[in-house]
Amino acid sequence: MAERTVPSTASDTSPRREETHARERYITPPVDIFETGEGLTVVADLPGVEQKGLDVRVADGILTIQATTAHIAPGTPVDREYELLNFYRQFELPEEVDSERIAAELKHGVLTLRLPKKEKAKPRRISVSVA
Amino acid sequence: MAVWGPFTDLEALRRELERTFQDAWAERPQAWRGAFLPGRAARQYPLANLSEDAANVYVEALAPGVDPKSLDLTVIQGSLVIKGEKPGLAQVAAEAYHRNERAAGRFLRSIELPSEVDAARIMAEYRNGLLLVTLPKSEAAKPRKIAVSVA
Repeated sequence: MAERTVPSTASDTSPRREETHARERYITPPVDIFETGEGLTVVADLPGVEQKGLDVRVADGILTIQATTAHIAPGTPVDREYELLNFYRQFELPEEVDSERIAAELKHGVLTLRLPKKEKAKPRRISVSVA
Repeated sequence: MAVWGPFTDLEALRRELERTFQDAWAERPQAWRGAFLPGRAARQYPLANLSEDAANVYVEALAPGVDPKSLDLTVIQGSLVIKGEKPGLAQVAAEAYHRNERAAGRFLRSIELPSEVDAARIMAEYRNGLLLVTLPKSEAAKPRKIAVSVA
């Protein structure tokens, strides 16, 4: 499962904004990707992300995880060890993933995506009949 | 607070560099899988931001995927001690991984507080992977206005 970043086509039609420090910055969230018998599971750490701020989509075989996040602590900063920027990461899906049946779950700032394989891609035991 | 500062850009750059190094080390995964934070085992966890207003000190900690029941907070001698556990993924064989970038394990961190707090009224909330601890300042530490009498 290869990672790739596809340039957004939407921005090509809009007038170019003057780029100073206004360009959008994002964080690449750490992920675990592993195979199960059913398919692939992607687990991503997305701290501070709520369900409504999360956008997971599959288009042209590319999985895009995009999420907005924000600090929750009020007051004036005294000491800062991290910044929360928006999250963005893309992966190229293998062909055998059934993108119609992808299931997503968000809990405690962790996104779990289950990407099942298509039926024909699953290993199948072939019984041998003895004549 | 998405205020631009020179360090937000640096922070994004640092993460990108870290990820590059992690990818390079991924070819020797066994050596790093055991580490609490891959490639950076000795790092403090969780990362915390401190802020304050007139009444409270706030600690916001970056702790996605932590079991809220395992969180144990104590205040001792002007420090907040955060203890807890981030459970790993159970029953995943090492060879089943394509990527393993998230860390798991037990953690303990002590954060020095900028002022005295009233330990009896501390509140903590775990929301979407962020831990917010509200520590009310003790009466002695609150700013006090002193009236000037004109003779």
